[in-house]
Amino acid sequence: MNFSTNSSFLYVLAVCVIIFVLAQSVYFLVRAYRRGKAIGMETAVLKKTVLSTAVFTIAPAISILLGVVTLSKFLGIPLPWIRMSVIGAITYELPAATSTANALGISLSETITDPKVYSAIAWVMTLGILPSIVLPPILMKRIQGGVIKIKNKDSKWGDIFMTAMFLGMISAFLGMVFADVRKGLAGFIPIFVLLVSALIMCICGLLIKKCKMKWLETYALSISMVGAMIFAVLITPLIV
Amino acid sequence: MKNSMDYREYMEKTDRVGKIWIWTALVVVLMVPVAICVYYHAWPSGQAVLKGLIGVAPIYWTVGVIEVITYTPMLGTGGTYLAFVTGNLTSIKAPSALNAMENADVKPGSEEGEVISTMAIATSSIVTTLVIALGVIGLSALAPILDSPVLAPAFDNILPALFGGLAVVYVSKNWKISLAPLIFMVVLFLLVPSLAGSVGVLVPVGVLVALGAARIMYKKGWL
Repeated sequence: MNFSTNSSFLYVLAVCVIIFVLAQSVYFLVRAYRRGKAIGMETAVLKKTVLSTAVFTIAPAISILLGVVTLSKFLGIPLPWIRMSVIGAITYELPAATSTANALGISLSETITDPKVYSAIAWVMTLGILPSIVLPPILMKRIQGGVIKIKNKDSKWGDIFMTAMFLGMISAFLGMVFADVRKGLAGFIPIFVLLVSALIMCICGLLIKKCKMKWLETYALSISMVGAMIFAVLITPLIV
Repeated sequence: MKNSMDYREYMEKTDRVGKIWIWTALVVVLMVPVAICVYYHAWPSGQAVLKGLIGVAPIYWTVGVIEVITYTPMLGTGGTYLAFVTGNLTSIKAPSALNAMENADVKPGSEEGEVISTMAIATSSIVTTLVIALGVIGLSALAPILDSPVLAPAFDNILPALFGGLAVVYVSKNWKISLAPLIFMVVLFLLVPSLAGSVGVLVPVGVLVALGAARIMYKKGWL
């Protein structure tokens, strides 16, 4: 059997996985929408959620596509396509492929031709992310039970608890932006990008409140993110 | 009371169907390497897989455990079952759920929060999958553009670009709770820059600092 990292068999495999992911997503979307309607939530709010999220997702999704491009140079297209559509993230998939290639003494500078190397990489990529898929069903009841307990005991603290969790997460990513400041001015680029994003969001907020541009709420996060990304493209050549 | 019973029933059903989907997803995910091995008669040596796994599993399994514990309360039951199958939690799923709940003015952990979070995660999963699929179809035309050094800074800075805007909304509304974790994280990354590579492990640290500080302020009546 001739092996190719871009064989039609691998594409068929990829399409099957993609259909599964889409089916699960559509199922949960329809189910949540129906529940929202059943408990009296406004259709406009539900529709706005879909539209706003869809617009916001496009830019990060393109960055994931970039991950597929990176990995496709040595793994072909189907496997990175599968991996980046299910659980994957480039921050994991690339080290997983590199680690396996190193273990086998293979260079990842060119496309893999040995099916055994390819399957070893596929296994490492898959086994490495297993906890993310195995643990939610095992721990769900315990974790959600704990949250309900906290909320029932003191609902005000319950709300603060959830807000604090989100802020803890946001803080970790905001702090990370400062990691490269010792590298000189180039290390400040992420901070500048962060500030520009924050500034655009402030302007959007002002327009929403002062100019009654309520529709902007749907796109504010997307606009600030894409605006800051464009700023990064413009400022980086001037600094680096 | 009837409504709360309905809610409990809905959540129990969500948990049941969520479990069916995620266990099926596990089979689907595992079938990929199995199918490759069977079709090409190319079972790798256990040693090769083990060696490769040793390089990544200790850190990624740890991050996996931490992510499940940290994100489950934030994303809700339906959202969690979906987000952990479709992945990209920090760059897409958690921010989109957070932003959607904020825009819809609903609280995480409430029934409305569960609905909005699940819808946001489902929508972003569908859009991400479609963008990647369309991108794959047109990859030969798109690759040179996406791969161009001119655009590289945009994608290198996607997290600061995303979290800058998100922070304005959240931090400005809850600045008292934000102070302690923000200062802690900025100082930590200034002192130990190499930690940037393991930010996933630091998310729960930020969460614990935020929860500790919030609890103290709440007890003192400052919130």
